[in-house]
Amino acid sequence: MERKLFHSVTLNLDKCKGCTTCIKHCPTEAIRVRFGKAYIIEERCIDCGQCIRVCPHRAKSAVCDSFDALSDFRFNIALPAPSLYGQFHNLTDAGLVLTGLLRLGFDQVYEVSAAAEYLSDYMRSEYLKTHDLPRPAISSACPACVRLIRQRFPELMRHVVPHAAPVELAAMLARREAAEQTGLSPGEIGVFFISPCPAKVTASRLPVGLEKPVMDGVLSMTDVYTRLLPVLKTIREPEVLPQAGLMGIGWSVSGGEGAALLNGNYLAVDGIENVIQILEDLEDEKLPDLTFIELNACTQGCVGGCLTVENPYGARMRIKKLMKGLPVSRNRFTFKGEDRDVVKFDYELQYVPVFVLDEDRAAAMEKLAKIEALEQQLPGLHCGSCGAPSCRAFAEDVVLGRASEEDCIFKMRERMQYMAGSSDADEYLPAPFRHKKDLPPHGHKK
Amino acid sequence: MPDAIRMRFDVDGDDFAGAGVASSEVKRALKKLGMPPDLVKRTAICMYEGEINMVIHANGGVAMAAIRPDRVEIELCDRGPGIADVELAMQEGYSTASEQARNLGFGAGMGLPNMKRYADEMTIDSRPGEGTTVRMVIRAR
Repeated sequence: MERKLFHSVTLNLDKCKGCTTCIKHCPTEAIRVRFGKAYIIEERCIDCGQCIRVCPHRAKSAVCDSFDALSDFRFNIALPAPSLYGQFHNLTDAGLVLTGLLRLGFDQVYEVSAAAEYLSDYMRSEYLKTHDLPRPAISSACPACVRLIRQRFPELMRHVVPHAAPVELAAMLARREAAEQTGLSPGEIGVFFISPCPAKVTASRLPVGLEKPVMDGVLSMTDVYTRLLPVLKTIREPEVLPQAGLMGIGWSVSGGEGAALLNGNYLAVDGIENVIQILEDLEDEKLPDLTFIELNACTQGCVGGCLTVENPYGARMRIKKLMKGLPVSRNRFTFKGEDRDVVKFDYELQYVPVFVLDEDRAAAMEKLAKIEALEQQLPGLHCGSCGAPSCRAFAEDVVLGRASEEDCIFKMRERMQYMAGSSDADEYLPAPFRHKKDLPPHGHKK
Repeated sequence: MPDAIRMRFDVDGDDFAGAGVASSEVKRALKKLGMPPDLVKRTAICMYEGEINMVIHANGGVAMAAIRPDRVEIELCDRGPGIADVELAMQEGYSTASEQARNLGFGAGMGLPNMKRYADEMTIDSRPGEGTTVRMVIRAR
């Protein structure tokens, strides 16, 4: 079921200076530096956006669709992620943002938070009541986390709730309802998500668990925010009523999805490194019995996405303010018969064994033995000069044919020393790695 | 092909935070080899419980793993106080863990029973006053 790869996270070659910042921060060790430029090992990338956040040269970015795409359709629907509401100062009513979206040229808005409430209700009334399913159930809402599980935690895939994410459900329902209302064919309707993160952009083209894309495009939240700001100043009264309550809007912050289950026995984890740690612990049965685990790759949840404008903590505070005074939920999952299946995955999650050294066990063992042996000979400084994030990753690259042993400056120095027959090769090392004895120890004394 | 990938770890006594390094390293290696997920999980649990035991009861020791194509062999050696009554120690809920270990959430008396449950073979060789060696085999099913 693995289709052609697409990633929203991309590199601007002109801006990349080939520094090693991103390789160190990538949670799946998916980046290497070669010929002075970073390069992404596509099958490893989970689109978490870490590299976009840390790049000092702003060379990494998320590819999104442009507003021009709206002209391809006769009727356009905006699907705002609830994190959008957290971007504005003193927003008292989400309806103002929805009205603003109509002014920007959309014919209709469908809040993703409304679809989130359907999913929460479905989880409460059906999934959590089915007792033979693996516990804890793991949220499938964050595509970066789901991708991570498929790569590194195959044992946990069966825990992942096999439901479409709120935005996917929103897209399907919005298109269906609009087709009924307008009499247009579904293909004449454009459905556009306003996304806080690149993982959702990738998931819109290659949906997880769904056969076909359900959206026509994804707009960057930053882009939409910039266009909305001047428009919002001209709106006095909202012309659209918000369709979601506090539960749906709460999905935008870490803990919101869990809280909406009305079952206190859940854990909400945010930040990709924390997510990895908790999945390791869950795999090793180190966690207490839990009903549900909510995972968000970004700090504080979707409000921490790298396409947002406001910092995650500020946005969280605004979301919490906005939630006050709202009804708990405005949407119940009242679908009947086959229609109930609208939330379900079309197929089971597939394992993506990108970290396995070789499909053949014997060959894999041979490679691992070589990697461990080579790693022993490397300095363990993880300096990144070879373009790999660590000595271990470098050893693996060498054995897998992605790098040469002499890409390590220390290995190269050994060889130069051997050829020159002297130890003057220290000159070729950066200062922190030189062994000159005449340098002052911990040299800060004057 | 090497007959086994061998890994050896010194486990520090009293380092509760550092315990788990051996099990996570072995787990990482098993995943790179594409070993069955179920074997990976059982090995990680057995290894971790063993490591923790060495930290809590024996002031550390040595944890070793030999990864073979169809199984993992684990050996945990310590020079701790030994186990006076192995049968009693194997009972769920029985523990001689210190107050300090209990305060950290350990000492529930599930370590050895869990190892027994997840390993396909397990032997305990213990001499009071000399130390304990626990050997486990986890097979691919």
